[in-house]
Amino acid sequence: MLPIIFVLPILQLVILSNAATFEIKNIKFSYVDHDKTSFSRALIEKFDASTYFNVVAEFPSKKEANAAMAKGKVDVILEIPRYFERDLLKQKNTDISVAINAIDGAAAGVENVYINQIVQDFNKKSKVALSSPTDMVNAPKDIVTIPSFWYNKTLNYKTFMVPGILVLLVTMITLFLSGMNIVREKEIGTLEQMNVTPIKKYQFIIGKLFPFWILGFVLLTVGLTIAKVIFDVPIIGSLGLIYFYTAFYLLVVLGMGLFISNFTDTQQQAMFISWFFVVIFILMSGLFTPIESMPMWAQYVTEFNPVKYFVQVTRMVMLKGAHFNDILPQLTKTIIYAIIMNGLAVWSYQKTT
Amino acid sequence: MKNNNVIEVENLTKKFGDFTAVNSITFEVKKGEIFGFLGANGAGKTTAMKMLIGISKPTSGKAQVAGFNVFTQPEDIKKNIGYMSQKFALYDDLTVKENITFFGGIYGLSRAKIKEKRSELVEELGLGDIVNELVGSLPLGWKQKISFSIALLHSPTIVFLDEPTGGVDPITRRQFWEMIYKSANSGTTIFVTTHYMDEAEYCDRVSIMVDGKIEALDTPKKLKEHYKADNMNEVFLKLARG
Repeated sequence: MLPIIFVLPILQLVILSNAATFEIKNIKFSYVDHDKTSFSRALIEKFDASTYFNVVAEFPSKKEANAAMAKGKVDVILEIPRYFERDLLKQKNTDISVAINAIDGAAAGVENVYINQIVQDFNKKSKVALSSPTDMVNAPKDIVTIPSFWYNKTLNYKTFMVPGILVLLVTMITLFLSGMNIVREKEIGTLEQMNVTPIKKYQFIIGKLFPFWILGFVLLTVGLTIAKVIFDVPIIGSLGLIYFYTAFYLLVVLGMGLFISNFTDTQQQAMFISWFFVVIFILMSGLFTPIESMPMWAQYVTEFNPVKYFVQVTRMVMLKGAHFNDILPQLTKTIIYAIIMNGLAVWSYQKTT
Repeated sequence: MKNNNVIEVENLTKKFGDFTAVNSITFEVKKGEIFGFLGANGAGKTTAMKMLIGISKPTSGKAQVAGFNVFTQPEDIKKNIGYMSQKFALYDDLTVKENITFFGGIYGLSRAKIKEKRSELVEELGLGDIVNELVGSLPLGWKQKISFSIALLHSPTIVFLDEPTGGVDPITRRQFWEMIYKSANSGTTIFVTTHYMDEAEYCDRVSIMVDGKIEALDTPKKLKEHYKADNMNEVFLKLARG
C-alpha cells in the first residue's frame, strides 16, 4: 500500500502538470480565399507564422470547408471576401468571416482571442502601409496596452498549475485514506474490540489522525521537491509558512474523513461520499476556473471549500512570497474549520450505541 | 450489590424499533463461575452480551457488571472486563508481540508489566518464534488462543467470550476449554456464549435464550433432570422447539 500511496500521486503530479494547460496550440486552420491578392495572402501568412495555428487546408468554397469542419478535420475556417484588398486600399471597412468549432466552448473562446489578435495586428500594419506620410502626423494615435504580468512574468501555466495540483493530491489521498480507515475497522471487527476497551474517544481519534497527518506532510514534501526540481516552479515565500498552514489544513481534511467514516458502514459508501466532496472541492476551488466568474451562490459555497484556501495559500506563498499576515484570513478560517470538523468527528464516534 | 455476584441483571430489555431483541431478562453470575449463555441464532445472545459489555445501551431494566451500572458507567465496566468477539478481532497486520503491546497499552499496563505478561504468555501457549509473526498468517486455532490470552491481559474480573470456538478443530477446542478452566480457577468469571452443546456441559450454570427471553437457567445436571434428557443437546432442542 505504501508504495502505491506515493508513486501514484507523483505520477499524477508529473503527468497532470504537463497536460493541464489552458494554452491552445496546433489549431487546425483552414481558409477560403475569394480574393487571392497580396493582401489576403499576407493575412494568411500571418496565421501560418503563428505558433498557435497550423494551416492545414485551403478550400475553394465555403461549402467544402463546412464539410471538413463537420468531419472534424479543421477547427477554424477563415473566409476572405472578394475585393478584400480593393476595399482596404480605398480605406473602406471590410469584413472577414471566421467560423470556429465550439464543441469545446472554452477552447473556442481562446481561439477567437488569438484570431482577433492576429487580425488586429494585420489591420494596424496595413493601415500604416497605406497611409501617406501627411496622414501619419494627423492620425489619432492608437492606445496600446502593454501588459506586464506580475508574479508569473511569462504566464507559464505550470507555475500556476503545479502548486494547485499538488494541493489536490495531498487533499485527495489524505481524505480517502482517513475516510476509509474507521470503516475498514468496522468491517474487520477490530472497531468493536476497540469499543470494548477503556480507550478514550479523543485518544482513538488522535491515534487515527496522526499517521495520516504525517503522511500528508511527506506527500507535500515530495510534491514540493518535484515542483522545484522538475518544473522549476519558483518558491519565493517561506516554506515554513506553507508547512505551518498545511498542519492545520490536514486536520480539516482528516477530521472530515473520520466524520465520513463514522457515518458509513462499508468502505464503498465511504469512498462514494469522499468522491462526492472531492469532486465539488476540486471544481469549486478556483484551480481550474476563477471563483470570481462563478455565480454569486456558488461563490458563497466556495467559502466552505477548504481546498480553495489551500490553493490560495500555496500560490500566494510560492509565487508572491506572501507573509504570515497575508494569509491570516485563510489561516483563521482553516483553523475554525479544523476545530469544527474534528469536534464533529469526536462527537459522532460512538463507543456505545 | 449482593455478596459475590459480579453480574446482576434485572428485566433488561433492548428494542430496535418494534422488534424486541432482548425481552426482560433477569439473572446473576457469581464470581469465578463459568456461565454458559446459550440460544439459537438470532435468540438475542449477542445483543444481551453487547449491553453487558457497554457497547449497546439497554432500552430498559437494570444491570450491574463488576459493580458498575451499564447505563451510567460503561467506561468503568470496560476497564474491568475482557472481551473476545465472534469475529477474530486482533490486528492482522501486527505481529503477536505488537498486538500484546498494543492492547496492554490501551488497558494502561506499564511497559514492564506488558513485558512480563508477554513472556508469561509465550511460555504458557508455547508460542516460541510465532510471537514475531503477523497475526494474519496464523491458523485460526492459534488466533483464538492468543485472542483469549489478550482478553485476559489486564486481569479482568469477568471475561466475555462470544462463540469463541466457532470453526475450530476439536483438539484446539479442548485446549481452549482447558484455558478457560484455568482462568476460572484463578478467580476470573467467564461468561461464554456457544452453539456447541457439549461445551455447555462444561459450564457451571447455563441459561438458554429463546426469542429474546431466558427460558431456562440452572446447572447442566439439573436442567437434564428437569427436562428428562440425556444430554444438553436434547434439553436445547426441547426448549428451542417450544
